[in-house]
Amino acid sequence: MFQELLSNEYVIPLSLGFGFGIVCRIYLLQTDYRQYPTYPHGKIIHVSLGVIASALGALAVPSLLKQDYTAVTFLTVAAQQFRDVRNMERTTLTEIDKRELIPRGGPYIEGIAMVFEGRNYLVIFTSLLTTFATVLFDWWGGVLAGIGTLLVSRWLKSGKNLSHIVDVVPAEVRVDGKDLYVGDIYIMNVGLRDAQDVIKKQGLGFILVPKDANASVTIAHPGQRQAILHDVAVQMGLFTDEGEPSLTPLIKRDLASGRLGVFLLPQVMDQERAKIVIESVPILESVFRKPLESPAAAEGGAHGG
Amino acid sequence: MAGKIMAIVTMKKEQVAGGAPIFAVEDKESLQKTAFVLEKILDAMVHELNDDTLVIVSHK
Repeated sequence: MFQELLSNEYVIPLSLGFGFGIVCRIYLLQTDYRQYPTYPHGKIIHVSLGVIASALGALAVPSLLKQDYTAVTFLTVAAQQFRDVRNMERTTLTEIDKRELIPRGGPYIEGIAMVFEGRNYLVIFTSLLTTFATVLFDWWGGVLAGIGTLLVSRWLKSGKNLSHIVDVVPAEVRVDGKDLYVGDIYIMNVGLRDAQDVIKKQGLGFILVPKDANASVTIAHPGQRQAILHDVAVQMGLFTDEGEPSLTPLIKRDLASGRLGVFLLPQVMDQERAKIVIESVPILESVFRKPLESPAAAEGGAHGG
Repeated sequence: MAGKIMAIVTMKKEQVAGGAPIFAVEDKESLQKTAFVLEKILDAMVHELNDDTLVIVSHK
């Protein structure tokens, strides 16, 4: 029986493709500061789907070679399946978001859901190429292709973060009577003496200076700003509670220059760390704008800055 | 995010009128104290309109 199995010409290509696909999914599945997916059940769900994805990718090559062309329609089923993954993630995260002290916000959730869908396609891509290379060359070809696609996946995995488009400058939190400022940017009106004292003690301020017009438009998006607040709250803690609306971290925009005034209330007062956290906030894919690429910007270049 | 005025605390009652409950107080101390209690009860934020008047606004 074992002999029979090994004598099948596609056993090695299939197992290599299958194996590398699963490795790819596990490699891309990291529980980091975003605390998502949660260990272990979230992981089980995604590893299982990764197994299905890699099986689909690996099977496509032998079925093509056997001239079983209809089998490729399987891949469309896969696409449908993984769109559901995106839906599932979106629903879950939206539910969780309702009870967050500082919600992620819709665009951030969309971004995460999109990543989950996209990574399954990366798995299909990995196992498909690995299987194909093994059929073409030999097991070593498959291993090389597998490692190559893993590297490509690693490269595709990480998007840009805020440090690419803005300078994060520490700024003083100033409580001027009822008015709260970060540097020279007005944040909000705080009427309660008690809250003013807490803010004086626990407030931390930054100004984000956009590096160009693209950056200025991107960080103006409320979804991107919410993502900054959420990420800082997750990593630095939060000096507030439910029913404490006066103690709310907030980001306001200086309309004239496009700079952002970031007012934070972290549990841990560490300006250096907060700066690093802000710099590593991902730029949300759905929010990223590039007005400088438009022909209108090129013609009216003088106003582009 | 539309704000809604939930209550008004003031030292000059003649300056305010309208739909929201108005709490008249005597001095700055009780102005702050009343606003503090109302903030905790209503889960709404205290804003200073001027030296004599605080409004409690729900931003939810």
